[in-house]
Amino acid sequence: MIQIESVTKRYPDGTTAVDDLSLEIPDGSITVLVGPSGCGKTTTLRMINRMVEPTSGRILLDGSDITGQPVNALRRSMGYVIQNAGLFQHRTIVDNIATVPRMLGWDRRRARDRARELMARVGLDEALARRYPYQLSGGQQQRVGVARALAADPPVLLMDEPFSAVDPIVRKSLQGELLRIQQELGKTIVFVTHDIDEAIRIGDMIAVMRTGGRLAQFAPPTELLSSPADAFVEDFLGTDRGIRRLSFFSSDGLELSKGPLVAVDADAEQVARSAAAGAPYLLLTDAEGKPLGWVAAQDAAGGADKVAVGRLLPFGRPFAAGRESLRDALDCAVLSPTGWAVAVDGEGKAVGVVSQETIGAAIRSAHARHEGAGGTDRDDFTKAGAAT
Amino acid sequence: MRGAGFFDIPSDLQTSYLGLIGLHVEEALIPVAIGLAIALPLGQLCVRFSWLYAPVLWVTTVLYAIPSLAFFIFLIDYTGATRTTVMIPLTVYSLVLLVPSIVDGVRSVPQETMSAATAMGFGPVQRYLKVQLPIAVPAIVAGLRVAVASSISLVSIGALIGNQGALGNLLQDAILYHRSNLAMNSVVTTAVLAVLMDIALVLLRMALTPWMPRGGRAARRAARTAAVEPTARPALEDTTV
Repeated sequence: MIQIESVTKRYPDGTTAVDDLSLEIPDGSITVLVGPSGCGKTTTLRMINRMVEPTSGRILLDGSDITGQPVNALRRSMGYVIQNAGLFQHRTIVDNIATVPRMLGWDRRRARDRARELMARVGLDEALARRYPYQLSGGQQQRVGVARALAADPPVLLMDEPFSAVDPIVRKSLQGELLRIQQELGKTIVFVTHDIDEAIRIGDMIAVMRTGGRLAQFAPPTELLSSPADAFVEDFLGTDRGIRRLSFFSSDGLELSKGPLVAVDADAEQVARSAAAGAPYLLLTDAEGKPLGWVAAQDAAGGADKVAVGRLLPFGRPFAAGRESLRDALDCAVLSPTGWAVAVDGEGKAVGVVSQETIGAAIRSAHARHEGAGGTDRDDFTKAGAAT
Repeated sequence: MRGAGFFDIPSDLQTSYLGLIGLHVEEALIPVAIGLAIALPLGQLCVRFSWLYAPVLWVTTVLYAIPSLAFFIFLIDYTGATRTTVMIPLTVYSLVLLVPSIVDGVRSVPQETMSAATAMGFGPVQRYLKVQLPIAVPAIVAGLRVAVASSISLVSIGALIGNQGALGNLLQDAILYHRSNLAMNSVVTTAVLAVLMDIALVLLRMALTPWMPRGGRAARRAARTAAVEPTARPALEDTTV
């Protein structure tokens, strides 16, 4: 655990970067420091590995003051990932990753073996090992940065806006990758970003900081979204926090109706049975059970086999039942021309459909459940969809 | 001596053609080597204490402005009409060329790279030797190329203080013995020497920097995008956040 105790950083010119900050960063989880520029989040991060020394206050790592051990040993026990990766342009990828192990006295062979192992872990092709940084894309360089930070298996990982210099698509995949790696390794990660969406996506705990280096709120993302501490946090979260909070509710308990599912070769009698359930639309599925499209119940009365597949209404994007969140389910329902979302299993086969009304009811009951649990019970929340 | 061959060196120079070349190389390169040995720590000091850079640059530039001949005449009182007298000014001149290229080279190391090195537990000395210096190699070699070329051409002026100009001495002998081919020899050999030294330095840089994009236009473009991409993107992003 990293304990930040009433830490203040004031520069000689009088500016206060961090003002009386106290935080307890739990082990084995991702804590995000987020805030507008000039809020002291990077300064806070850099005080943890003593690249910046606090003016007052202290920082404890597993109970002992970080000033108690040699600074370079402290730094080597913490991985550090930085914007633009900060790779050593004069070293090959494998040697970049092997840097800290080599400094810790590993022999070259062992360090390089370790580096190759990490390349695989962060999703880099082995063929890149002997390349130089300039030969890699920005996203690949950032992966190397993560691998390099992990090389000596440090318990703590400090990440300073690591993904903000790559394009949104690459960023999303890097975030997913980080969550996957974190699931495997369970590091104590302190992650700095100015992007609240990124914070909500990857953070287990989020510290929102305001200009002047003061802590505005420290809470799990779902609590942040449901009950922002003040107007600043609310403003910083943006206008759609209600919708975004839904990404923490699993679509697991969503009541799917199988009634409107009709095979593409169903005859009039089978269609009539499905239509009897009262759904205004039927979802035609192909021979494998994958969704084809919607058709109005009365248009298919003559049998699904008589309906021209080309004239079906598009079903939009389906959501993965149970694995994606209520936010995804709602999004699918909103996008669907019929107002019904299509739920599929891992193989893309339709397992049911669900109306906006049913999703709305599920949202209300999810809220009720979590308010009842005090809104902080982490076990109730899933990071559904976060790793996809 | 009239009619003597292109490579027949007058006996007053007391050496062969190859001997002159050896002497010339020695008189040109020793000052650059000493200059480099001084410029490396001096450059590093200028990087660490940035207030130092302006006065250092000012002093070296003023020294550079002193004509070499004036320098020689001043030094003769102390070091006599010797090679040392020729090499001291050349050392000073090479400093002027090398200090800025070292400072620029070391400063060109991206801030992120330095932060990453610090965060990985490199001390200042390791950071300098293992990160800054290797990355500054292209800039340092660029400075060396200019310093070596200028040094090779300036050695010849040593001829004016008692045949201390190596290949330059041939120029005086050309006048003395009315042998224009000696002058031609001096000029061509000096030029060829300078070109060969330059090629050697380029090869040295290529050997030291396998990490630099090289070759076709594609490689250069790749390097440019790699360098530009990360800085170009955040601006784009700010509008979406």
